[in-house]
Amino acid sequence: MITLENVTKTYSDGTEAVKGVSFEIKDGNLCVLLGPSGCGKTTTMKMINRLIPITEGNIYIDSKDTKTMDENELRRDIGYAIQEIGLFPHMTVKDNIATVPTLKNWDKEKKEKRAEELLTLMGMDPDEFLEKYPTELSGGQKQRVGVARSLGADPPIMLMDEPFGAIDPITRDRLQDEFINIQEEIQKTIVFVTHDINEAIKMGDKVALMKDGELIQYSTPAELLAAAKNKFVRDFVGSDRTLKSLRLMKVEDAMKKSPRVVRKDDDLSEVASIMEEEDLTYLIVVEDGRKLKGWINRQDIESESGVVEDVMSESTGAAELGTSLAEGLTIMLERDVANLPVVDEYGTLQGIVTFNDLQSLIGETYTERGGKHPEVTQ
Amino acid sequence: MRRRIVLVTLLGVFIGITIWITQMDTLRYMHPKTYGDLARQTWNHIKMVGIAELLAIGVGVPLGVLVTRPGLKKFATPVIGTANVGQTIPSLAVVAIMAPILGYRFESAIIALFVYSLLPVLRNSFTGINDIDPAIIESAKGMGMSRLQIALKIELPLALPIIMAGIRTSTVICVGTATLAVLIGGEGLGKIILAGLYTQIPLLILQGAAPTAALAVILDTLLGGFESWMTPRGLKKS
Amino acid sequence: MEVWNYINGHWLTIGNWTLDHLWLIFVSNSIAVLIGVSLGIFIAGKGREEIADTVLYLAGIMMTIPSLALFGLLMPALSAMNLPAIGFLPAVIALILYGQLPILRNTYTAIREVDPAMIEAGRGMGMTPRQILVKIKLPLAVPVIMAGLRNAVVINIGIATIAVFIGARGLGVPIFRGLRTSRMDMIITGAIFVSMLALIADGLLAIAENKLTPEGLKR
Repeated sequence: MITLENVTKTYSDGTEAVKGVSFEIKDGNLCVLLGPSGCGKTTTMKMINRLIPITEGNIYIDSKDTKTMDENELRRDIGYAIQEIGLFPHMTVKDNIATVPTLKNWDKEKKEKRAEELLTLMGMDPDEFLEKYPTELSGGQKQRVGVARSLGADPPIMLMDEPFGAIDPITRDRLQDEFINIQEEIQKTIVFVTHDINEAIKMGDKVALMKDGELIQYSTPAELLAAAKNKFVRDFVGSDRTLKSLRLMKVEDAMKKSPRVVRKDDDLSEVASIMEEEDLTYLIVVEDGRKLKGWINRQDIESESGVVEDVMSESTGAAELGTSLAEGLTIMLERDVANLPVVDEYGTLQGIVTFNDLQSLIGETYTERGGKHPEVTQ
Repeated sequence: MRRRIVLVTLLGVFIGITIWITQMDTLRYMHPKTYGDLARQTWNHIKMVGIAELLAIGVGVPLGVLVTRPGLKKFATPVIGTANVGQTIPSLAVVAIMAPILGYRFESAIIALFVYSLLPVLRNSFTGINDIDPAIIESAKGMGMSRLQIALKIELPLALPIIMAGIRTSTVICVGTATLAVLIGGEGLGKIILAGLYTQIPLLILQGAAPTAALAVILDTLLGGFESWMTPRGLKKS
Repeated sequence: MEVWNYINGHWLTIGNWTLDHLWLIFVSNSIAVLIGVSLGIFIAGKGREEIADTVLYLAGIMMTIPSLALFGLLMPALSAMNLPAIGFLPAVIALILYGQLPILRNTYTAIREVDPAMIEAGRGMGMTPRQILVKIKLPLAVPVIMAGLRNAVVINIGIATIAVFIGARGLGVPIFRGLRTSRMDMIITGAIFVSMLALIADGLLAIAENKLTPEGLKR
C-alpha cells in the first residue's frame, strides 16, 4: 500500500507544484493521476520514488516512511516507465531489461531467464528480440520493452508516466488492452500518470483528478463519471467530445439487436456445443417471453449434464431503453462487466452493448474529428 | 563577461611581452627588433594571409557551391574527398614541398598558403549548402520561387554562416602557416621567430612569437564576431 | 629519382625519425586524453556551465595560436622554471595543449548531449550518479571522444613536424634540414613520409572509432 500524507512540493522560487495531497493506493490497484498539464500529477508521482524531494508531508510504502530509505534502493524496488522510454541505445533489449537486476547483482542466468519471461509476457518472441538493439525496434516494440524493463526486478510497485503517450492511437489502444491483461496477471500496485480522460477511465481502478497542485476528486472511474464533485471535474470529464457524445447517445444507438440467447431450461450439452461451434465465451440467458435472466460463461460449464439454470449467473444489471451511453458505461465500470444487456420497461431483452462496441464507437468519433491525441509526437 | 576577461588578459600578456622586449637595450649580443621592424613584419604577415585568403575565397566558395549543383554533383565526392585528405597533410609538408617545385620566393609562399587555406573554405561552402534541409528547398519550390530566387534568398543566407566559419578557420590556420612560409621565401613575423631560433636567443623568439599569437587571437575574435553578426537570428542558439 | 635514391640509402634513419615522431605523438596524446577526458567530465557536471564556457573558450584560443609562436612562448617560460627549453619536453607540452581542444570539447558535448530521457530512466531505476556516468554517459560518449582523439592526433602529427625547430626529433628533421641546405630529396622524402603517417593514423583511428562504437549506435 502506498500512502500519501499531506504531500507538498514547493520549489525554491516559491511555486507550489503540489499542495497538501493525501490519498492511499491499495495493493494490486492501478491508480491514475489525471489532470491538465501543470496540475502537479507528474510531480506527485516523482515524489513517490523521490526523483523529486518532498517539501512537506510524508509518503509511506507499506507504512514505511520513504524518507528513511536509501533513495537508490527505494527506486530499484519501484518500476519506472516514462513516455520518452529512454531505452539505452548501446545495450541490447536483454541488457536493457536486465538493468535493475544488474544493479541488484543477480546472476547471469537469472537475468536472462527474467528477460525472456518478460518479453514473453509482453507478447514478444524472446528468440527474435533479446539480442536486438533499440534502434531496430518499432515504436510499439520500444514501448513494450520500456514496460518490460520497468518490471525487470519484479518490483511490487510501478510508476508509469504517460507510458503510451508517444505512440499512434491504434498501437496505443492495443498496448492499453495488453497492459490491462498483463496487470490482471501480475497484480502490481501502479501509479499511472495521464492527461487523457479516456485512458484514465479505461485503465484505472481509482482516478485521482488534480488541478493546480490540489487533489480535486479521488474515486473510481464510475464515480468520476456519475458523481462529479464540482464544476471543474464535470468540465474536465466532459471536455472530451467523445464523452460528451456518449452522453448524447442512447444505448439503443450502439446495441446489437436480437443477440444469441439460450433459455434457462436448455440442456447444457447443447449449449456447450453451440458455444464451441460459434466460438462464444458467453451467452445471455432468458426465460419465457425473452425476459432477461442472466448469463452463462463458457468456463462455468464443467459437466455437460443438467440445464442452464444450474450454472448460470444472475443478471447484475441492465440498462433500460433510453439510457444514455455514458450512464451505460458507468454501469459497466461499476459492475466490472464487459457486456451490458438492454431491456425495455418490462424487462424484456432488446439487445446488448459490448465494451468493444463502445470502444469502436469512441474510435469513430475520434476519426471524425481527425486524430485522437494532440500530444502524439511520433 | 568571463570570456572577455580571458581575452583581454591574454592579449595584454602578449602585447606586454612584445613591448617589454622591444624596450630592452640588448638581447645577449644583438639589439632587439625595433617597433618599425615589428610593424613592417606584421604588415607583411597580414598581407600574405590576406592575399592567400582572398584567393582561397575566390576559388573555394564558387567551387564548393558549384559541386552542390545537380548537374555537377558527381564531382562532389572527388573534390571534397581531396579537400579532406589535404587537410590531414601537415602544413609544414605542404609549405616545404613548394620549394623544390617553385623555388624559394615570395610567390611560392603565397601559393603554399593559398593551397592550404583553400581546403576549409571549399569544404564549408559545400557542406553549408549541401546540408540544408531538403524540405526547405521543396517548400520554396512549392511556393513558386525560381532557381535563382532559391539560391539567393534561401540557400545563400542559410549557408553563409557556415561558409564564414570556414573562412575563419582557414584564416587562423593561415596565420600559423605563414610563420612557416618564411622558410621558402615568405615575409612576416615568422622571420623574427626563426632568427631567434637560429641564433638561440629565447627573447628574440619571444619578440616574434608574442605578436604572432596576438595577431592570431585578434583575427579569430574579429572574424568570430563577423560570423555571428552574419548568422540570421533564427539560426542562433538561444 | 633522387628522392628514391635518398630513401633507399637512408631506410634506417627514416625509420628512426618515424619512430621518434610516433613516440612523441603517443606520449603527448596519451597524456592529452587523460587530461582532456577527465577535465571534460568535470566541466560537464551540473552547475559548472560557466567554468565549462571559460575552459572551452581558453582551449579554443589555444588552438588559434600558431604552433611556432607557442613554442616561442614556451621556451622562455620553461627556462625560467629551470626545465629543458628545447627537445622532447617542450614538444610534448605543446602537443598536449594542442590536443586538448578536440578531446575536451568532444567529451564535454558528448556527455552533455546524452538524451535526458535516458538519464531520467536511469535515475528512476535507482542508478547512482556514478553508475549513470559509467554505464550510460561514458559508453555513449566513447565514439565521440575517439573522434576527438583522431582529430587531435592528426593535428599533432603536423605540429610534431614543426617541433623540430625546437630540437625535437621526428620526420620534421629531413624537411627542416632540406630547407636549410636546399636538399630537395630530403624535403620531399620528409613531406611524403609525414603525410603518409598522418593519413595512415587517420585511417587507423577511424577504424578504431568504428570498432569502439557500441553496436546499437551503428546504423
